[in-house]
Amino acid sequence: MSEATIDVDETERSLRERVRLRTVALYSAVLALVVFYMIPIQSGLVTSFKTSRAVRETAPFVPPGLEGFTLGKWEFAFSALSDGMFNSLLFTIPSTILCAIFGSMAAYGLTLAKWRGQIFVFALFIAGIFIPYQAVIIPLSEFWNVWVDLEARLGFLWGLPLLARKHATIMELIVTHTAYGIPIVTVLFRAQYKSMSREMMEAAKLDGASMWRTYRRIILPLSVPMFAVVFIFQFTQIWNEFLFSLIIIQSVSDPAASVTLILSGLGEALEGVDFPLRMAGAFISALPTLIVYVLFADKFAEGVRV
Amino acid sequence: MKRIFRQIVTRLRDRQDGPDEAIQTDGGVTADGVTADGTETVTRTRLRRFIDSEFVQSAPFWVPPFVLMGFFVYGAIGWNFWISLTDYSGFGAIDYTSLSLDNYWAMLNDPQIIEVTQNTFVLLVAFTLACLVVGLLLAILLDRKIRFGTGFRTIYLLPFSLSFIVTAQFWMWMYNFEVGIVNRTVGAFGLGPYSWLGDPGLVLWSVIFALVWQFSGYTMVIYLAALRAIPTDQYEAARADGAGTLKMYWRVIIPQLKPAMVSASVVLVLFALKAFDFLYAIWGWRPRRGADILATKMVREAFQRQEWAYGASIALFLFVLSLAIITPYLYQQYRQGNL
Repeated sequence: MSEATIDVDETERSLRERVRLRTVALYSAVLALVVFYMIPIQSGLVTSFKTSRAVRETAPFVPPGLEGFTLGKWEFAFSALSDGMFNSLLFTIPSTILCAIFGSMAAYGLTLAKWRGQIFVFALFIAGIFIPYQAVIIPLSEFWNVWVDLEARLGFLWGLPLLARKHATIMELIVTHTAYGIPIVTVLFRAQYKSMSREMMEAAKLDGASMWRTYRRIILPLSVPMFAVVFIFQFTQIWNEFLFSLIIIQSVSDPAASVTLILSGLGEALEGVDFPLRMAGAFISALPTLIVYVLFADKFAEGVRV
Repeated sequence: MKRIFRQIVTRLRDRQDGPDEAIQTDGGVTADGVTADGTETVTRTRLRRFIDSEFVQSAPFWVPPFVLMGFFVYGAIGWNFWISLTDYSGFGAIDYTSLSLDNYWAMLNDPQIIEVTQNTFVLLVAFTLACLVVGLLLAILLDRKIRFGTGFRTIYLLPFSLSFIVTAQFWMWMYNFEVGIVNRTVGAFGLGPYSWLGDPGLVLWSVIFALVWQFSGYTMVIYLAALRAIPTDQYEAARADGAGTLKMYWRVIIPQLKPAMVSASVVLVLFALKAFDFLYAIWGWRPRRGADILATKMVREAFQRQEWAYGASIALFLFVLSLAIITPYLYQQYRQGNL
């Protein structure tokens, strides 16, 4: 062999070496970040299965041994949170659906019809996303507790089967979450409707289709993927919400208390915080959003990207 | 003078002709228009035209959501302002008749307000910058065509899908003084232990760190979308010029991420203004000194101490702050035709 080929081999090998080193560095960085993002969750998970003694004696990220393992905290947390889970579902699902319907309608009326001043109305919708809720909670509690007072006004309903007093609070939460969810959902739908061709609308109009007919026959079928995004995103948002629960439900012991509200006061005692119980509670209350997130991660990422 | 008059006449005629032409296509109305005298036709067709206009036709779609949202958002903000002018506190009815700016003067003289506002700004700036930087690193790493890219994205974004109340539980455990992982980690380097959630000089930074953990995945997603939109030939051109990876990102790619950065930081700032849930989950009504922000102070004044009117004035201050951030952003978006 001549010297030249050896040289080429050599440079090729060193190049390959460098590429490999780079790949190793890249993947170790990515994996180190996985550890960083997962460790709080992982250590919470292993801690939730530990007895109080195992908590003291083992490292927080090490799974408990056989003698330190218990399901007791999960059982207790579940019994404390199950009513809250049910209440949360009871207002999260209807307000998610209502948000999606209202948002899609608003986006349609503001995007696929052309009229003067619509940009201003739309700007009010966008600004609605960014309002700090602190700016509205005092009137909100005044409105629901003093002005409307559904519990007293709908008094005739609470004797009926399946209905109870707590449903007044649930209804208030449904309306509230719907109202504050509309802006973001409208913006999501508008992003899609803007990409739809104006010619399609004109053609439908020339055929004599009313706006309602066009909406039902053309726009709604085309928005199904966006409805999925909105359902997933709004479900997580409303389920995770805390401030409105605190203001409208007020007390942790209220029969209408939501899951986040109960979790905020779980396992608090004079002798300190019962961490395994809190961790179990955190996982139980995060379970629905975790399931939705893991199953539909792509749709969730799309909803985030407004 | 004459010209102007003629213009007006032609314009009026145009106006009459327009709808007439349109109406002739559907038979019945034309006969009506012909028999009736001139003025009536004009008003009727005008009404007709108004009803047919896209404004009226689209109203059933956007007005109901707009009214619902408008009442709860803008109506409530106005109401909040009104309450802030009263002297409402404790229980009982609000007296809307005696109005004054007393609460705003009281705010100026409240030493806590200054401290709390300072904390709010430190939180806003540090949290937003850290999220922008960490998110950028994550996005660049995942943009390097690695295997299971979406899997890693899902993991990094996972904390963002959790409630503040849930993540607060995890971080209370992480920051635990005796056994927490954070103290163990710094202990391995011979430091600490620190009281992360107790030391007034540390608490705010502990909170910021935890919030960055939760939200950097969000900035990553925003950046990734922007990175994917950059045409590949720009990467190739930079490569052909002999630019290294770092240089390529610094010179070519990052400048193009500016719009993504702006919109992400607006959202992050507003998330930080809402960080109340996280602080409440850790400390309850009264956060440790050093981690008290405007949002927690407002809720405490109103819902714990029942100083409703004073709380409302702090809320308005918070609203004005966020308005100062949103308005330029929306205006810029409008100028660029992104609305």
